[in-house]
Amino acid sequence: MNRRLVLLLCVLALAALPAFNALPAEHPLHVPDFLVSVVGKWICYAILALAIDLAWGYAGILSLGHGAFFALGGYAIGMHLMRLIGPRGVYGHPVLPDFMVFLGYTELPWYWLGFDWFAFAFLMALFVPGLLALVVGWLAFRSRITGVYLSIITQAMTYALMLAFFRNDMGFGGNNGFTDFKELLGMPLNTAGTRATLFYASLATLVLVFWGCAHLTQTKLGRVLTAIRDAESRTRFLGYDVTQHKLFVFVLSAMIAGLAGALYVPQVGIINPSEFSPGNSIEAVVWVAFGGRGTLVGAVLGAFSVNALKTWLTSVAPDLWLIVLGLLFVIVTLLLPKGLIGLLRRRQP
Amino acid sequence: MRPPPFRGAKKEAAELMPWFLLRGLAAALALLLFLAPARAQEYEALLPGLAGGFAQQAETVERLGLLGDPRAIPLLQAMADARLLRLADGSFAPQQGAAPPEGATLIRINNRVRGALRGALGRLQLVSPDPAERLRAAEAILRNRSAADIPLIEAALARETQAPIRVRLGLALGGARLASEDVAVRREGIAALGASASPEARGQLLAARAANAELLPEIEAAIAAIDRRLQLRRAAETMFQGLSLGSVLLLAALGLAITFGVMGVINMAHGEFVMLGAYTTVVVQELCRGIPELAPWSLPLAVPAAFLVTAAIGAAMERGLIRHLYGRPLETLLLTFGVGMILQQVVRLTFGAQNREVISPDWMMGTLLLPGGVAVTQNRLWIILFALAVLLACFAAIRLTRFGLEMRAVVQNRRIAATMGIRTGRVDAMTFAFGSGLAGLAGVALSQIDNVSPNLGTGYIIDSFMVVVFGGVGSLMGTLIGAFSLGLLNKVLEPYTGVVLAKVAVLVGIMLFIQRRPKGLFALKGRAADQ
Repeated sequence: MNRRLVLLLCVLALAALPAFNALPAEHPLHVPDFLVSVVGKWICYAILALAIDLAWGYAGILSLGHGAFFALGGYAIGMHLMRLIGPRGVYGHPVLPDFMVFLGYTELPWYWLGFDWFAFAFLMALFVPGLLALVVGWLAFRSRITGVYLSIITQAMTYALMLAFFRNDMGFGGNNGFTDFKELLGMPLNTAGTRATLFYASLATLVLVFWGCAHLTQTKLGRVLTAIRDAESRTRFLGYDVTQHKLFVFVLSAMIAGLAGALYVPQVGIINPSEFSPGNSIEAVVWVAFGGRGTLVGAVLGAFSVNALKTWLTSVAPDLWLIVLGLLFVIVTLLLPKGLIGLLRRRQP
Repeated sequence: MRPPPFRGAKKEAAELMPWFLLRGLAAALALLLFLAPARAQEYEALLPGLAGGFAQQAETVERLGLLGDPRAIPLLQAMADARLLRLADGSFAPQQGAAPPEGATLIRINNRVRGALRGALGRLQLVSPDPAERLRAAEAILRNRSAADIPLIEAALARETQAPIRVRLGLALGGARLASEDVAVRREGIAALGASASPEARGQLLAARAANAELLPEIEAAIAAIDRRLQLRRAAETMFQGLSLGSVLLLAALGLAITFGVMGVINMAHGEFVMLGAYTTVVVQELCRGIPELAPWSLPLAVPAAFLVTAAIGAAMERGLIRHLYGRPLETLLLTFGVGMILQQVVRLTFGAQNREVISPDWMMGTLLLPGGVAVTQNRLWIILFALAVLLACFAAIRLTRFGLEMRAVVQNRRIAATMGIRTGRVDAMTFAFGSGLAGLAGVALSQIDNVSPNLGTGYIIDSFMVVVFGGVGSLMGTLIGAFSLGLLNKVLEPYTGVVLAKVAVLVGIMLFIQRRPKGLFALKGRAADQ
């Protein structure tokens, strides 16, 4: 009961942020615009962290490819946002985005069809990462690739996607990616109202995903996943279909990551292939490890705290950030095997 | 009869015998005697003609060309550029400054003289003592080939000693023969071109097809022969590039094969160790710069230095951090990734983010022309040899030394090895140091072909992991075969798919491959294999 109250208070505190932003600038409680965007970004990261925790913390699948699922979701929404620019682009073409005009395209590639429709783009943000996870997961789990091998394979997948998206002729804007977005669902993107709306949408999604994951891990399915994490062979011998279970959670987790990416892109206003860089995926894993692997609260806490540290440090001492992040990796693995949550729980008898 | 390019005083004689024979005779004589004193006098006697009327100029230019005195080259060149001056004392000199000196007159020329100049310069440059100039002349003759040049080229070919110029001259000779009226000479030309393996010869033959209906079968056969040879050469060059990429991968993956394969530690900082090896090369080079005796030896000196530096860091990392995480491979993955990040950033802060240059020693520079026209860059050849040498040293270290024996013992059964008195902790540290040192060696090699920058290693690390996974964890043989087959596959695919898609295709291919063989080509037992 106590825990739920704390969580509720945290959510309410977050929800108050755009309201404080709406106060006049000279008011002592006024929150600057950038903070709303930054915290909105953290919320998306927290959703990504939940996705990773679901796969890694509960089913023992350490995927180094969730950054790729996140980016794919972002690209899906990015495509929709590009289509909405319409003739307002630099080249003023009514149908083609600027980069396509620049590269000499005469018509929209077939895989761009339908992205002018928000619902389609939204479904694609879930479907494409899910499909990729299904294929990779099926190949991997079927031949019982586990542990480190799975991590390396998923990392290679991310790397291959990054190389592919850096190409100009892929039809995804090459290394510049998508930017210059104008509006979403009729709302111009750079107003306080849209910022608040996106913030609340992200927060609501975070709460929903958290609640869904909490629910899932309490069901029998969740128990089986934990059993697979702790003793995969034993679970298999007991008669459970380990492959199916792992595949299910992997695909679900990829879709959640895609959802996080889809919420992230309209808030930051850009998506480019560097989101696919393998380092991003590993960094996201460290959020989870730092907060506390295997606890949903830990994943969210990790995403918030590491990113808050990052935002602060990159403005104070940008050169030191990578060293501190590296130290974080070392500290988490050597000293905090259960993360911040483990530390807090140990303090409380 | 096609008009010869230049018509001069010998026109009557040219009608009596094939004019190119006469021309050839004169040219051969000129080439044989071009330094003889009698010729020198003739040279002096000819010069005033340069200031005569256009007809006389053209004739003089042509004669100078045939005379073959290299002294004429700068004068004729200046004349062609319309900056040849006749000075007050009657001598000639190229104009130096913006305005001609007092009493000098600029020699004017017309198109006919210009034509004569081109021909004469072409001939003169063929006998120039400067090889670069001879090569240029051969290129020029190759471009506007005509049968008139045959004797000239033959004479030049007879005295030419430099292989690249000989190749160009041979091509030019074939082309000139192809332009001859005599069918027998043309046939000779076709045969000569057909015996080469150059795209230019192929182009010449293709162009000659229309004009030589009667020789068509021979031309087709010659083209086919060239195509076969070109294909072979292309295959050989692709092979070499593949081997070269493979050897780089082999160097980067060898250390991983030891730390990952034998110890079961995922060292994500391996790429950073490679980078540190490259920076050690930079530092050693800087240190050697001050001492002239050492400067050419900086690269061989960097090899042990890089091994020791990275091995020391590796040993420290094993004793300080990794030791606590044995049996928890996912944690070592995160930990070493963090260490790699720190190393990268520390290097960036120390050396700056920009690329550092490593100068290759002279004996590693240049291109080697293998038989069959296969061009091979020497530094890549050295890297292949270096990689194989390192591999042999690895085999020797593992099979023949006490350390290798202890290492294998610890891998097979740690507890029994400990009971037999092997200090397993020390062996762990040494094994990890050994693997890290190998990464440093890879860095020395990479500094020769890639930019030395703080993120040098990142580009290779995923490929190296692929090599180890593909070849089979912990097997040096698997690493060797994995590295070379991935290198070759990459380079074979590249012409069809482009660099990036080739990489993607290889990655996808490996993912499919480990469906069949999850343990790689050569599965080996080790601490990693038990998990």
